Amino acid sequence: MHFYDLPLVFAGIGLVLYTVLAGADFGAGFWQLFPGRGKPGERIREHAHHAMAPVWEANHVWLIFVITVIWTAYPIVFASVASTLTVPFLIAALGIVLRGTAYATRSGSASSRETAAIDTVLAASSILAPFALGTMVGAIASRRVPVGNAAGALWASWTSPTSILIGVLAVATSAYLAAVYLAADARRLEQADLAAAFRRRALAAGVCAGAVAVAGIAVVHGDAHPLYERLLHTDAIAGLMLSVLAGGATLVLVGRSRFEAARVTAALAVAAMIAGWAIAQNPILLPGLTIAAAAAPHDTLVCVVVAIVAGGVILFPSLGLLFRLVLIGQLDHASPQTLAPRTPRAVLSASRAGLLARLAGASFLIGLGCLTIADARWAHLIGVFGLLGFGIAGFFALVADELGPAG
Amino acid sequence: MSGSTTLGPVHQAYLLQARQMQALSFMVHIPLVAFGIAFPVMVLFAEWLHMRTGDPLYRVLAKRWSKVMVALFAVGVITGTILSFEMGLLWPNFTATFGSVFGLGFAIEGFSFFVEAIFIGIYVYGWDRLSPRAHFASGIPVVIAGFTGSLMVVAVNAWMNHPSGFRLVGGHAVDVHPLSALFANTYLWHELVHMYIAAYIVTGFLVAGAYAVGRMRGRWGRYERTALLIPLSIAALASPVQILVGDWAARDVATTQPIKLAALEGLGQTQSGAPVHILGWYTDDQVKYGIPIPKALSLLAFHDPNATVKGLDSVPASRRPPVNVVRVAFQTMVGIGTAIALLGVWFLVVRVRRRRLPESAWFYRAVALAGPLSVVAMIAGWVTTEVGRQPWVVYGVMLTSQAVTGAHGIPVAYGTLALIYAGVAIGVAWVLRRLARAPLDLPPADRTVAASAGD
Ligand code: HDD
Ligand code: HEM
Ligand code: HEM
Repeated sequence: MHFYDLPLVFAGIGLVLYTVLAGADFGAGFWQLFPGRGKPGERIREHAHHAMAPVWEANHVWLIFVITVIWTAYPIVFASVASTLTVPFLIAALGIVLRGTAYATRSGSASSRETAAIDTVLAASSILAPFALGTMVGAIASRRVPVGNAAGALWASWTSPTSILIGVLAVATSAYLAAVYLAADARRLEQADLAAAFRRRALAAGVCAGAVAVAGIAVVHGDAHPLYERLLHTDAIAGLMLSVLAGGATLVLVGRSRFEAARVTAALAVAAMIAGWAIAQNPILLPGLTIAAAAAPHDTLVCVVVAIVAGGVILFPSLGLLFRLVLIGQLDHASPQTLAPRTPRAVLSASRAGLLARLAGASFLIGLGCLTIADARWAHLIGVFGLLGFGIAGFFALVADELGPAG
Repeated sequence: MSGSTTLGPVHQAYLLQARQMQALSFMVHIPLVAFGIAFPVMVLFAEWLHMRTGDPLYRVLAKRWSKVMVALFAVGVITGTILSFEMGLLWPNFTATFGSVFGLGFAIEGFSFFVEAIFIGIYVYGWDRLSPRAHFASGIPVVIAGFTGSLMVVAVNAWMNHPSGFRLVGGHAVDVHPLSALFANTYLWHELVHMYIAAYIVTGFLVAGAYAVGRMRGRWGRYERTALLIPLSIAALASPVQILVGDWAARDVATTQPIKLAALEGLGQTQSGAPVHILGWYTDDQVKYGIPIPKALSLLAFHDPNATVKGLDSVPASRRPPVNVVRVAFQTMVGIGTAIALLGVWFLVVRVRRRRLPESAWFYRAVALAGPLSVVAMIAGWVTTEVGRQPWVVYGVMLTSQAVTGAHGIPVAYGTLALIYAGVAIGVAWVLRRLARAPLDLPPADRTVAASAGD
């Protein structure tokens, strides 16, 4: 491996995480389309919503991560892909917009009819987005995206059998992952009927996803023979085998209602499949374009790698915190913890407030002098901090005598 | 100057529509971003008041605001996603040629978004589920990420306006130094400070405006008074400061982008002792029907009443931005900026002298109006910056017409996006109304009383 491969490896990890995390969000949306009737159906929708609401935004950022790493480290690739695959990219974008809007508006819905309507939009967009993203992967994998500004076909590039196959597979695996996760969540919440409902769904979706994947081998054989060759005759085959094993194990685990373990194997199945594709693709990114040729200058790669490692140091503990809260359930068993009543006190004493007001006035004059009248750069810096001081001191002075304890 | 580019030339019949699509996407994203930057600070301040005083009213306030915050954040996320897609959908040659130079800013920004999204999740779903201290602490990363996120994007924009940190050889960027390109750029600082303050003005006046409207309709108790006072104090302090910062921005523009300055002021010819015109319309290389203030431009831009200011005639017509668009946008921003600064000073004077809120109904009408007006000012400011940079996408290096995609069907994409955004706007308006109508969970003593008895 070379240094110029490294950002691509990070992007690949990001893609795996996007698929197993945001994929499950999409899948949860998928199940809202088929909730069943009446009260049980409503509970299924509620469960699917509540499990995903705290995490979907964080999960979605993995997509942004992948995109920004690619356009920084391999700019030509991003530009060629986005300009040729304009149509599916836009469809995915619209799906994402509709989904986010549905999430944002759901908190305002008052009747179950409104909620059901919002959930239908959510579900439809949750199918649209992964399908469109899947067709893009199919287009790249079957080498239908040439290097250049919109150099490939506007429609034929992403409507080949391989693209459609991977689009469908993306939807099916999303539904599968979501059903497994939601069954595990239901078990944790001690909702036996919901756990059973999602267990059935997980088994059905697992069988479907497996069937699509197997049928896919035939499709790829006919439609994208070079990809077929590379999938079966390089190390990629190991990824595929692992995926098959993990997928099969998941079905067994779900069948035995061992959902927590199934969570892990289900994610592993998807990750191994993506890894297999990555190995088959290596070292050609787009027809005639190697990773080495696509990579940005060395300085940029160094900066990106450092930024990702440093960012990861902040990111992973934070993500751990969020998922721990969601999974351990501290985010779903309300145990009201309000402050113990105490003797009310004022925010600030009157004399302090007066002092702050004078400080604010002085800071403003410093700001005016250093930013507006002086010309030197260092003076501007002082001026900006003067104005900042005006804002902060002034704010506390302004609110002090109004805000305070009741009564 | 503008030679070949990485992906080579294309013909795009719908460049104008591509630009409009980009502009539309920004106009939807930027007001939401303002809330992403400034609202967490207000929510956390209310929660801090609760921790300090033990008064449940502040907790109710913070909790209600946080619901609005998370709804707007969700829409900010998706509109931002559209913008990042558009870097490839609309401007692939820009990204292909310069992604290695500016992309780092967005890559770092990605981590800001992670932090923001994660902790907003913890904060909003953690009410009642975390200890008060831990809950308050979980809001702090949201505030920091709001700042670093906007720092990164603005760094990219500042680089586009004042590019450095690379050489262009045969259409490829070489000798690339992304860190110095993004962060050693003098143009960054006024943009960052000006945008950051704009976010506080917009959020402050919009939130205060909602309660000002409520007051006109008779909803006015201790809760509403507090909910008005916090954002209004912030906006009233920020808006006079914005004039000083805007003046700084204009001086930076004068030295780094003289043609943009000439467009802002409609200065046809290079001249010493250049005037400023208030209002008016630019035709035949000069401003007609405006009120001239002699020598003011030279004085403001260079602190010397006789300084020479470059006019639009210093570059060929094909290298000039559309003057009236830029000029009207600029005058709109400055006009609104001046008006809301006066409103802010009115509030400050009453508050400091009389130690109370203003009582005039006109004051509250003006506050209600100031919210939407400050959004207009912020968008007008970005129009000034972005259209003022035209025809360049990277100032002096790459033309917007070289950056654009060769794909067909831009008008269809533009129409679809406009339609979807109309739907988003309706959805957001609907959910905000619903959230505002949810009953207040307050002890009777703090409930609404008639406006007249309020103060
Ligand atoms: C609430 C919003 C708001 C208000 C009241 C003002 N501005 Fe502004 N202005 C912006 C919001 C804004 C912005 C956030 O939209 C811009 C776009 C780019 C930037 O850095 O800030 C901007 C840009 C911008 C520019 C162009 C900078 C560039 O191209 O880099 C100038 C010269 C000014 N402003 C000057 C002013 C002056 C003299 C104001 C005084 C009244 C003023 N602005 C009020
Ligand atoms: C990174 C930060 C950026 C910010 C904050 C920003 C901001 C804006 C805003 C607010 C507008 C609306 C102006 C209008 O109403 O006409 C705009 C327009 C535009 N932006 Fe940017 N922009 C950024 C990056 C970009 C990029 C990456 C491109 C593409 C290469 C771009 C190209 C344009 C174009 C072509 C327009 C339309 C101008 C016109 O209508 O004449 N900008 N930008
Ligand atoms: C004026 C310029 C801009 C500023 C200050 C800004 C800042 C922000 C902030 C603070 C957020 C957090 C979400 C929120 O609170 O609403 C956000 C979201 C986002 N912005 Fe912008 N942005 C600007 C323009 C852009 C541009 C030009 C792009 C892309 C090229 C972009 C891409 C994004 C993305 C992808 C998100 C979603 C992040 C997520 O998933 O959490 N933004 N932006």
